[in-house]
Amino acid sequence: MTALLEARDVSRVFGSGPEATVALDHFSLAVGDDVPSFTTIAGESGSGKTTLARLLLGFTQPTSGEVFYRGKNLWKMARRDWMEFRHEVQAIFQDPFEVFNPFYKVDHLLTVPVAKFRLARSQAQARSKIEEALVAVGLRPEETLGRYPHQLSGGQRQRLTVARALLLQPRLIIADEPVSMVDASLRATILESLKKLHADFGISFLYITHDLTTAYQISDNIIVLYRGGVAEVGDVDLVIKAPRHPYSQLLISSIPLPDVNDRWDDDDQSLASRAEPERATMHGCRFADRCPAVMPMCAETVPPLYRTDDRRAAACFLYRDAPTLGGANMDQVLAHTARAATQSG
Amino acid sequence: MSDEAVLQVRDLRVYYHTPSGPVKAVDGVDFTLIRGERFGLVGESGSGKSTTAWAIMRMIKPPGMIEGGTIRLGDTQLGPLSDNEIRNVRLAEIALVPQGAMNSLNPVMRIGDQILDGMRTHGHAGSKRTIAARLPELLATVGLQPNVLRLYPHELSGGMKQRVCIAIAISMQPRVIIADEPTSALDVVVQRQIMQTLSNVQKRLGASILLVGHDMGLMAKFVDRVGVMYGGKLVEVGQVRDIFTSPMHPYTQLLISSLSSLDVKGVLHGIPGTPPSLLNPPSGCVFHPRCPQVMPRCSVDVPAPQEARPKRSVACHLYD
Repeated sequence: MTALLEARDVSRVFGSGPEATVALDHFSLAVGDDVPSFTTIAGESGSGKTTLARLLLGFTQPTSGEVFYRGKNLWKMARRDWMEFRHEVQAIFQDPFEVFNPFYKVDHLLTVPVAKFRLARSQAQARSKIEEALVAVGLRPEETLGRYPHQLSGGQRQRLTVARALLLQPRLIIADEPVSMVDASLRATILESLKKLHADFGISFLYITHDLTTAYQISDNIIVLYRGGVAEVGDVDLVIKAPRHPYSQLLISSIPLPDVNDRWDDDDQSLASRAEPERATMHGCRFADRCPAVMPMCAETVPPLYRTDDRRAAACFLYRDAPTLGGANMDQVLAHTARAATQSG
Repeated sequence: MSDEAVLQVRDLRVYYHTPSGPVKAVDGVDFTLIRGERFGLVGESGSGKSTTAWAIMRMIKPPGMIEGGTIRLGDTQLGPLSDNEIRNVRLAEIALVPQGAMNSLNPVMRIGDQILDGMRTHGHAGSKRTIAARLPELLATVGLQPNVLRLYPHELSGGMKQRVCIAIAISMQPRVIIADEPTSALDVVVQRQIMQTLSNVQKRLGASILLVGHDMGLMAKFVDRVGVMYGGKLVEVGQVRDIFTSPMHPYTQLLISSLSSLDVKGVLHGIPGTPPSLLNPPSGCVFHPRCPQVMPRCSVDVPAPQEARPKRSVACHLYD
């Protein structure tokens, strides 16, 4: 079976020499086409999550390794395949303000792809397709079409970009921080519309975020990145509820959950003492310099992924008794949930 | 009353004058900051929370105007003060930790010089040398090494820059620290460290903190009392525990139920509708077009804040 989109041993390095930054380090991931999946790529800034998105979308070329679309190398594909790729794999970006050209009415964002990809035979059909897509994301066509971007709220604009992605009936949507610039009251609405597209249309999602609470709410799988490498991967319930990797543990314990019974007032000082990380050493574990459970071996070699559970693996020597999972086999612990197809919202 | 009021804001109104008419960004806000407390001002973008904070510092720029209301710091009314006098209040009495630390430091000036600069222009009496001698200690209180003094902003991480901003804010031991989304550009791990730092310096100084932000989670973790803003008005004020366990205003209720948690999975509740236009705000209660419990009078009468329960103020006709 060929995957819809696959990154095979991909690295991306910015700069060169001693100043070089490895944004993504030998990363592999396959998104299948048979069963829709919803996978979160989580990490803080500098973890490589946006670099990964750009590599998968064909915006940047990998320094080493290859990205395949239906078995074809993205950078050696024919133009026709590119069109097909641009049709099947859609992107939703972080900033709903920058996606729009302020001089055009918002209709432009929707009519251009309809024309480019010849989605409609007539004006009337185009119009009805556009209206369908708008309704699917909870926008009223009569209140949206014919307006300029500045006349819509941030939440409406972001839903419009979701509608655009939907219009093309893609197989995969790569959403890079789609709600981080949207107000709290609208965030849930947009996430709900993504979830609906997944359930109703069987679209796979790669949801890129630093917000683990929303990741937990909408995805099935999670990949936690740290400085360009995978720290932990697996079932989102396992990883968020009982993280194994010390980095995931730190990350999850730092989420400001709206719980007034668990306040930060009387914290221990241990957090402050390992405040700022130094430049990563490329020899050992990337997290060794901040890790509370660091061992001598951590400074020497990079830990492989250990399969600690059936549906989870962690790149940490604490679990060295567990069998290793090659980075290329990460999809073995990822769920391609058929349940999404049967779930009713 | 044993609680000493440090900062009193009464009927504050700030309008931005645009060609289409005044935008009422802050429209009659009242609250009091008690000595040593942490008060959170929470709201969505456009709710007026940052404008309120900036108005307290008298940093509103045209077309923005403070249209009315009073701001009292201790026994001093800030309104009648001249620009020079207010300059001496800033930093020395009320300090601001701005949003986006990366943009608020001077890129071509060493960190040490920037801290010195702030203290001297805001009327610190000491000589340059005596102040400089105290800087390493100041940095230590925010968890930075003395060598940072000699560095430029681009040599620091986002978290370190935000710590520098906190160091500048506390350099003259102010009574009130206004932190405007101090961690919005930072990662959760760094965010927690910054809030910890803020908490430590606050305890040391015995200062009050006004934390402005949109993150209800952060409020739950950090502040003692919280004020919820919507459409330029303060719709509910109360103890943080009460607000989270029994929110009274329908907006607060929806806001709290829209928060995603790690307890229940798969249920997402957005708030239907869109935030109000402040150019043409809805008549009556600003929230009435989105309110699930709307009544006929809500579109007519503006609800006044009232003490619906002890230590709780709500502006909603449900409690009339």
